[in-house]
Amino acid sequence: MIRIENISKKFKKLHALDQISMQLDSGKVISLIGPNGSGKTTLIKCILGMVKPAKGKIYVHEMKINGDPSYRERIGYMPQIGRYPDNMKVGQLFTMMKHIRNASENDLDTDLIIKFNLIAIFDKPMRTLSGGTRQKVSAALAFYFSPDILILDEPTAGLDPLSSEILKEKIIAEKRKNKLILITSHILSDLDDLATDIIYLQEGRLQFFKKIETLRKETGEVKLGKAIAKIMKNQLQRGPWVDEVLDIEPEDQDQRIKP
Amino acid sequence: MMKLSKYVLYDILRSKVILAYTLFLFIISISLFRMEENNGKAMLSLLNIVLIVVPLISMVFSTIHYYNSYEFIELMLAQPMSRTRILLSEYSGVALSLISAFFIGVGVPILIFSMDSTGLAMIFTGFALTLVFTSIAFWASVKARDKARGIGFALLLWFYFALIYDGLILLILFSFSDYPLEKLTLALSALNPVDLGRIFIMLKMDVSALMGYTGALYQDFFGSISGMLFTTGIMLLWIVVPLYAALQTFKKKDL
Repeated sequence: MIRIENISKKFKKLHALDQISMQLDSGKVISLIGPNGSGKTTLIKCILGMVKPAKGKIYVHEMKINGDPSYRERIGYMPQIGRYPDNMKVGQLFTMMKHIRNASENDLDTDLIIKFNLIAIFDKPMRTLSGGTRQKVSAALAFYFSPDILILDEPTAGLDPLSSEILKEKIIAEKRKNKLILITSHILSDLDDLATDIIYLQEGRLQFFKKIETLRKETGEVKLGKAIAKIMKNQLQRGPWVDEVLDIEPEDQDQRIKP
Repeated sequence: MMKLSKYVLYDILRSKVILAYTLFLFIISISLFRMEENNGKAMLSLLNIVLIVVPLISMVFSTIHYYNSYEFIELMLAQPMSRTRILLSEYSGVALSLISAFFIGVGVPILIFSMDSTGLAMIFTGFALTLVFTSIAFWASVKARDKARGIGFALLLWFYFALIYDGLILLILFSFSDYPLEKLTLALSALNPVDLGRIFIMLKMDVSALMGYTGALYQDFFGSISGMLFTTGIMLLWIVVPLYAALQTFKKKDL
């Protein structure tokens, strides 16, 4: 569904994305994880055409992204922070989206609108909504046009446990319909029963892209959080791990004194 | 494109800022026409309002609107819509609301109290300046990354066009007063839409008689059809060029 070939992106000196290639297929829930600033959101924005990569190509449905916006008709996107025109009412937002996407009434997926009970707040202006309610609106909008590809950036952050559960159920239901779902999240326990594949990014580089079963077997941990923590620790031993740095320091000083 | 700008326009009209601007212009216009016995005098005072306030409000309002709808633009970018279409919809929404505010606030009083060639020239100039400075503001805000810098940049440009440019022109005129400068000043006026608007309106008024030989030359030029076309053409360039630059930058920009 989505093929990424060697994309790189620099923000001034920072390598946000460094030679990333991957193939994302339908019927999977792929979660994109990594520390803050590892390039997760940048990668998503590259797929959506919001950020233009310096090098590399991205294909969505075998169509290369090159400025023609029509491929986005089949993508639903839920941003990390959803902000909408202050004076627009919730109902108007949905009407507007329907209007600009030229969607017919039959194709619409109103599941989340009903489950989140958004109809009750349809005549409230967007500016009066709390952060969590906005998240619900963003989520309902992403699923509204039943797209083949769903990109959810931190979907459960700010949602109450009940709504978070509703959203998770919806994601699983969509997965069964053979759609591709790409999620970024820091709440690894949320991903436990959702994700089929894990992509781990660090400092803009693709560290690994594995099936969740493989990951569990390799680390011997059932919980995703623990498995990831184990891998991070192992990898960091090669890098400047705090204890090691402390060990090395006295040696360095000795060497400096000797000559 | 109209679909989206309809919603942008709707959002702007719902906020009170544009209503306050309309009311402010309307009260000033009405009170000027009521206070001055001679409509010509009222027009002269109104001229200064139009030349100073309209560019300032257009600039500041457009810049703030752009930054406030940044997340909305992001949301639209995730929809199947091209960047050109998104920016043009934002532009037409903002421009249309500012133009309607100007028309109700200044245009209608002029049409009631002093509908002649001067009045029409004033309305024309007001429309043109609104569009020009909205274009420039969009260009400035697309270029600058954060809000403070964008508004600062817009204000600086306004200062330049409304105040500093005149100072520079005076400096040139004084330093080279021994040479015939009429043609040169004519050309220089094209480099500033505010000055162009001022000359265009002033020459429709009786005061142009006070401007001596230069005034006569200007009258000769701007009074003719070619002068009209010149003014319209230059104003159009001032609208299109910054907007085009803004579109080019916006297309390449990371959001």
